[in-house]
Amino acid sequence: MASSTTVGGAGVSLLGAPPAPPATPSRRRPLHGKGKAIGLSLVMTYLSIIVLIPLAAVVWHSQSNGFSGFVHAVTTPEAASTLKLTIYSSILVAAINMVMGTAIAWVLVRDKLPGRTFLDTLIDLPFALPTIVAGLALLTVYGPNSPLGVNLAYQRAGVVVALLFVTLPFVVRTVQPVLMELDTEMEQAAASLGAGPGTIFVRIILPNMFPAMAAGTALAFARSMSEFGSTVLISGNIPFQTQVASVHVYNQLESDNVAGAAAVSTVLLIVSLVVLVALDMLQRWAARRG
Amino acid sequence: MSIIVRDVNKSFGDFAALTDVSVEIPSGSLTALLGPSGGAKSTLLRVIAGLEKADSGLVEIEGRDATKLPAQDRGVGFVFQHYAAFKHLSVARNIAFGLEIRKRPKAEIKKKVDELLELVHLEQFAHRYPAQLSGGQRQRMALARALAVEPQVLLLDEPFGALDAQVRKELRAWLRRLHDQVHVTTVFVTHDQEEAMEVADSIVVMADGKVEQIGSPDQLYEAPANDFVMSFLGPVTKLGGELVRPHDLELSIEPRPDTVTAKVTRVTRLGFEVRVDLEIEGEELWAQVTRGSSEQLGLVEGQTLFVRRSAPVRAAAAVS
Repeated sequence: MASSTTVGGAGVSLLGAPPAPPATPSRRRPLHGKGKAIGLSLVMTYLSIIVLIPLAAVVWHSQSNGFSGFVHAVTTPEAASTLKLTIYSSILVAAINMVMGTAIAWVLVRDKLPGRTFLDTLIDLPFALPTIVAGLALLTVYGPNSPLGVNLAYQRAGVVVALLFVTLPFVVRTVQPVLMELDTEMEQAAASLGAGPGTIFVRIILPNMFPAMAAGTALAFARSMSEFGSTVLISGNIPFQTQVASVHVYNQLESDNVAGAAAVSTVLLIVSLVVLVALDMLQRWAARRG
Repeated sequence: MSIIVRDVNKSFGDFAALTDVSVEIPSGSLTALLGPSGGAKSTLLRVIAGLEKADSGLVEIEGRDATKLPAQDRGVGFVFQHYAAFKHLSVARNIAFGLEIRKRPKAEIKKKVDELLELVHLEQFAHRYPAQLSGGQRQRMALARALAVEPQVLLLDEPFGALDAQVRKELRAWLRRLHDQVHVTTVFVTHDQEEAMEVADSIVVMADGKVEQIGSPDQLYEAPANDFVMSFLGPVTKLGGELVRPHDLELSIEPRPDTVTAKVTRVTRLGFEVRVDLEIEGEELWAQVTRGSSEQLGLVEGQTLFVRRSAPVRAAAAVS
């Protein structure tokens, strides 16, 4: 979570900061000589120890039975079904939270509701809660003894609800600051040019929110791909039905199939990486336009 | 009349922004709403545009009661102090916006946009984004965008307020020329009397949510309705408890009818003008004279002079 939050933060600041006009030279002077070398080596060492080497090790392990071994490990019926469930439910969850997260951010910024501050605090709860607690809470409400009479335990719907819960904050928290910064005079200008509320939303507000929505959605997607704690209780981990990829990885490790676990992990890694790179390109594109 | 505002009231909570405001703006004119900073002028402009709803009163635009019309149906072009550029759209698309949402044919839009880009001298910037433009360029873009839909009236809210002095001066002159070219009824808000005098045909002076006086720049300067208008429109000083323009004081070495004795406390040469600080029985005032008359009078500190108001017959003075 910590790493995803940092990525989100960087994304928002990228979106929020207007790009410097091309003619003006940067006011921040670059470090020279020693200072620059120390800074760079410090960052590279830290990133290597914390991120790059462990990830490289996973990719390395995934190839320990050769490329064909890798392909075999990720195409066994169980691995394939678990990856399919994880990717499909992540897409669904990201899509739902893109819409709902944006709606919530809108209400928090634009509607002067009573109890808005309380709602605002509530959004952070899935961030703060240990995910296993989230799983337990969901199982209590939507499990076999549901006081609402809604039993989602051991079903794919349960997995989706758990993922919705833990990924809710991403879109809200990326869209919210952008909405707060959004110049309402743009909307007034559009109105004076003859645009009704619907046209203003589609042509002015939505395009300005879109990069932030995409950033939040990508983070929610990446997080869904990797989620373990919140789904493990409610899903029941039934192979071919409700078992998500991270649980599959865990099971493979338990049965000493390190190469198989690494292979599925590598697929998760690649999909997340592709999504995050796509997000970064989108933000660069948006930042260029200001 | 192009715009008629009658008995408009508007308050924000306890603060009365507009009190019984009535203004008539003739078609094709360029009018300034002038007054000290603080609400009233911009609020009036926003009420006319429909961006703010009046608590009571009537707004008529080109003979149509617009009091209850939403902003998008008023046929009003609005230019904001901080440009309100659509920052996700290129300059050309910003200008095209009003036409695009009216679903005009592509060719027509392109023609109109090209015309307007030329009018505001932004031809080379058509494909840039607002973030890549200077403040002055953004404001010209905003103006072109407002003009694209051929509004019945054009409203500008402190259009040059966010620009630096040099650009401001250029744009002022340019707005005047533009108005002479397109003739759309234009109202702009400013707190800068020099700007209002230089650009506008007529000026509406406002203070504390009320209209103080309406007239041409000359009328307001020569015949201000009250002390507020007089002191807001130009320099003033006090002679015998009455407000006077410093250049309307006549200085002489010999006493003349109605003169009072004054002591020169300071003489400051400001190029062609000379500022003379005087004291009459402990009361301070100042006069503005030309360099020539200063030399004729041989002005020096400590000198005793005679002061009176010059006859208010400006035309005669100009002939001699």
